[in-house]
Formats: sequence, C-alpha cells, structure tokens
Amino acid sequence: MRLALCLALLASPAFADEIWVTNEKDDTISVIDVATLEVTRTIPTGERPRGLTFSHDFSRLYICASDSDAVQVMDPVSGEILHDLPSGEDPEQFVLHPDDRRLYIANEDDAIATVVDVETRRVIAQIDVGIEPEGMAVSPDGRIAITTSETTNMAHWIDTETETLFANTLVDSRPRHAEFAQAGSQLWVSSEIGGTVTVFAVDDQRELAKIRFAIPNIHRDRIQPVGFEFSADEKTVFVALGPANHLAVVNAETFEVEDYILVGRRVWHMAFSPDRKLLFTTNGVSGDVTVIDVGRREAIKTIKVGRFPWGAAARPTSGG
Amino acid sequence: MSPHLVALEAIVTREALRFVHQRERFVAALVRPLVWLVVFAAGFRAALGLSITPPYETYIAYEVYIVPGLCGMIQLFNGMQSSLSLVYDREMGSMRLLLTSPLPRGWLLFCKLAAGAAIGVIQVYAFLGLAAAFGIVMPWEGYLLAAPALAITGLMLGALGLLLSSFIRQLENFAGVMNFVIFPMFFLSTALYPLWKMAESSPLLRDLCALNPFSHAVELIRFALYAKPNPEALGWTLLALAVFAGLALRGYDPARGLIGRKA
Repeated sequence: MRLALCLALLASPAFADEIWVTNEKDDTISVIDVATLEVTRTIPTGERPRGLTFSHDFSRLYICASDSDAVQVMDPVSGEILHDLPSGEDPEQFVLHPDDRRLYIANEDDAIATVVDVETRRVIAQIDVGIEPEGMAVSPDGRIAITTSETTNMAHWIDTETETLFANTLVDSRPRHAEFAQAGSQLWVSSEIGGTVTVFAVDDQRELAKIRFAIPNIHRDRIQPVGFEFSADEKTVFVALGPANHLAVVNAETFEVEDYILVGRRVWHMAFSPDRKLLFTTNGVSGDVTVIDVGRREAIKTIKVGRFPWGAAARPTSGG
Repeated sequence: MSPHLVALEAIVTREALRFVHQRERFVAALVRPLVWLVVFAAGFRAALGLSITPPYETYIAYEVYIVPGLCGMIQLFNGMQSSLSLVYDREMGSMRLLLTSPLPRGWLLFCKLAAGAAIGVIQVYAFLGLAAAFGIVMPWEGYLLAAPALAITGLMLGALGLLLSSFIRQLENFAGVMNFVIFPMFFLSTALYPLWKMAESSPLLRDLCALNPFSHAVELIRFALYAKPNPEALGWTLLALAVFAGLALRGYDPARGLIGRKA
C-alpha cells in the first residue's frame, strides 16, 4: 500500500486531490491531501461549521455555519470567505441543485427548508416542513428535493418547480441523511435512533426495503446510522453507524450488509476521493478522519484533524 | 562436515524428532493462544476499537492487538518447555552424554537454543495461519520480516529458559517457573494491553512492563509483522539475549555453575 502510494506520488507530482472536513468545535476546515494523507491546511470558518459542498466547477465552497446562522461562501484557493448567503436560522445540511444555483438548506430550529439563489443571494422560497429538518437531497434530474425531519420522523418530498411539498413519508426515528440512487429511481434515508436505512421507490414513494445492522459485542442502541455514500458503480453503500464506531458495507442490490469496518469514535459523514478509491470518514468524538481502501474494504490510516469533525467533501485539483 | 555442524544437525534433529513425536505438544502450543484469541479477546469488549499506538495507523479491534503478544506467548512457553526438557535430560543422564562432547560447551548450548527457537518459529507461523483464517491478516511483507524478529525473540526466550534450567534441580520445581516466570512475564508486558493502558491503572505497572524484556520481544514482533522498524525493541531484546546467554553459559560451566557443584 505504502509502496503504491509512493509510486503514485513519484508518477504524478501534480496530483493532489483534497478532502475538506469541517470541524464543528474548532470553527475550522481541515484540508487533507489525498496522496500523502496528511492535513495540509487549516482554514477558519464561521461558528459551528457542519455541512459543506462545492459548486459544480469547484470554484466556490458553501459552508453551513450553524451558529453563525449563515451559509458562507469560500474561495477554496485562497481560503477566504467571500460573502454570506441568507440561510435562515441554524442551517445544518444543504444540497446544491443540479442547476448549480439553487441551494436547498435545512433550518433545524425553524422547521423550514430555505431555497437560496447563490447568484442573486436571495431567498427564493421557504417551505414549511416537519420539526428539526436535517437531511437534504435533490434528485439527479433536479425535479424533487427531499428534506428529512428528525423529530417528525418523515421524509418530505418537495416539487422544485413549485417549491411546495407533494408527499410526506414516515420513516424510522430521527432521520438524518437522504440520498437519491440508481439514476434517481430510489431514495435512501437513514434513521439514527431507529437504527435503520429505508429505501423508497421514487415514482410512488413506496418502501422497497429496510436495512438493519448488527455488530457482535456492540449494543444495538449504539448502532445509529447517519451519513452514507454510494460507490462509483452504485453497487455498494457505505453507512456511518455513529457511536458504534463502524461503517457498514451494504450491497445496494440485495440490501444486505456485507461487512463492517472499524473506524474512529462517533462516525458522522464521509466523502470519497475524486477517483473513488479511498473513502474518508469524519469521526466526531475522536477528532480524526479514517481513510478506507474501498477495494479492500479496510481502514488504512486515521488522520488527526480538528475537534468534532462533521462534514466532508472532495475537491479534485489534478485538473481533470 | 565439520564436527560443529554434525553436532548442530544432531541436536536439531533430536529436538525436531521429539517435537514431531509429541503431537499433543504442537496442538497444545496452538490451542493455548487460540483460546486467548477466540475466547478472551472476543469476550473482552473492545469491539469499539483501541486508541492508535504505533505501529498501527488506525483503530484496531482488540483481537488484532493481541496477536503479536500471543506469538510471543508461544515462544515464551516454547522457551520454558526447552528448559524443562533440559532438566529432564539432566535427570535422565542424556545431558551428561551431550556435555562430554569435546566441542565447546557454548556451541552445544547454542545448538540446543537454535533447535528450540526453530521449533518455536514453526509454531508461531502455524498460529499466524490460524489467525489469518479468523480474518486477522498482516501485510505480506510483515510475514517475511517477522522471521528474523521471531528468531531473535525465540533465542532470547530460549536463553532465559536455559538460564532457569541451570538453577532448577528437579523436574518438580517446574511449577515454580510457571508461577514466577511465565505468568509475570506474560501479564506484565505489552502482550495484552498497550503501555498507556497500564499507565492508567498505575505508573509502577507501566514501568515494570517497560522494563520487562518480554515486552520488547512482543513489540519487536509487532513492528516486524507490520513491516515497521523498531530499533529500541531490537536493541533491548538483543541485550537481554546476550545477558541471558552469558549467565546460562556461566551456569553450565562445571567450574562455577550449579551443575558442577551438584555433580
């Protein structure tokens, strides 16, 4: 492994993809070099940064600064905050619409989802949803946005043309994260307290499957699914199990759990390297990021970052 | 063939034969660490991972942590077993036969040590194979680099056994070795818990563990298995080997040692 890394370094010195991680308690972002697996920069942000995402051309970084009640826009090259976007109170997670303009933000304290145009910097719409909205997703065709409310235990389906709700589906206790899959035909939602991941058919909001987890020697109360990500071929899903300190590797076709990978304490979210060969998990309590070799399904290294790392996003810098 | 090599071959063959004929001993040597790995480590609730200490680069399950310690345990028992067989040889008289050889006594004892260590290394690799079957796999370089490390630790623990055998008058006293050598050496080492964990319970325990040559042997095996250098552990293990071998040689010297006085 190390030899392979060294060779990769020698072969392409310009190759320096990065993983950006928000540190909730330090009010910073740690930037990890994917080639050396070391932190190369630490950048100050607003208070309690959580969700983060890049614009489609990676020229802008959007950061949910929850306690500053703002979405901050950063120039990823200089690390400077360019301006804030109006976000509503306590933004926690958000998602950028495929049009690269509309940002759908979950306002945890206000039970609303705010839609902001990142160019005019104006609020386009505010949609009443369930209590404590958190997870946010947009379908690949951009027609449906989803927010999950932690206390109402629902996934709310938003029509992005009218910016109104058209359906609500019950999920298990405290839904935290949502993602569309299989070309937008499926919606996956994780439930932290319920300890499950539910898969819905997007066309009629019917439940297709419910995935449960069990790790020997770990009490089921500690198994709290939060963030999850799909492999490049969408055949495998990696699910962060919170205080169980493990990732679950789920077969996305059979919905069966195939493996568990030990990572740091209280794993929240994760991001793939741009080539999708490595996966970086944010371990909130232990304050580090564990690197997974996706092919071998093994943790290869854990990197110290700031206090309470939360969100992660990849930034390709190899020009490709 | 030089007489030295003849002696080496004879002694190694004799030890190997003895080992092959005692199949229960081989099984016992494997069952002991397996019980620790499967029962002790599984029951020990560390499924949530241990803090990161070198050579590990990420969080590991407890059963992964104790594998190098169990390799050390195999060698510790093997070293003591060779020592037991020396006491037996002495009681049976075959020791006298061996020591009447015109070759230097040091060489004869080294042959004995090397034979014991080689058997220990075989046992350790068999155990590593079983551990791999349980899913605890090391990087492949580790399996290669472990061989010289295991040779050194095997010789060191064998030399300790040799030293002890020069003090033990009767076979019956071997229980004392169990109580006063094997158990303290194994438990007061980094085989079962990392040093920082020991320091949590008491700094004295931590210091005892850090002084224990068995700790250094285990760390040498651990780092080798992960293809990482650990010159400190290597140095301490070699020093312990030199001291134990020197004292054992003295113990087996008819002019000074116990064996001479007894005869």
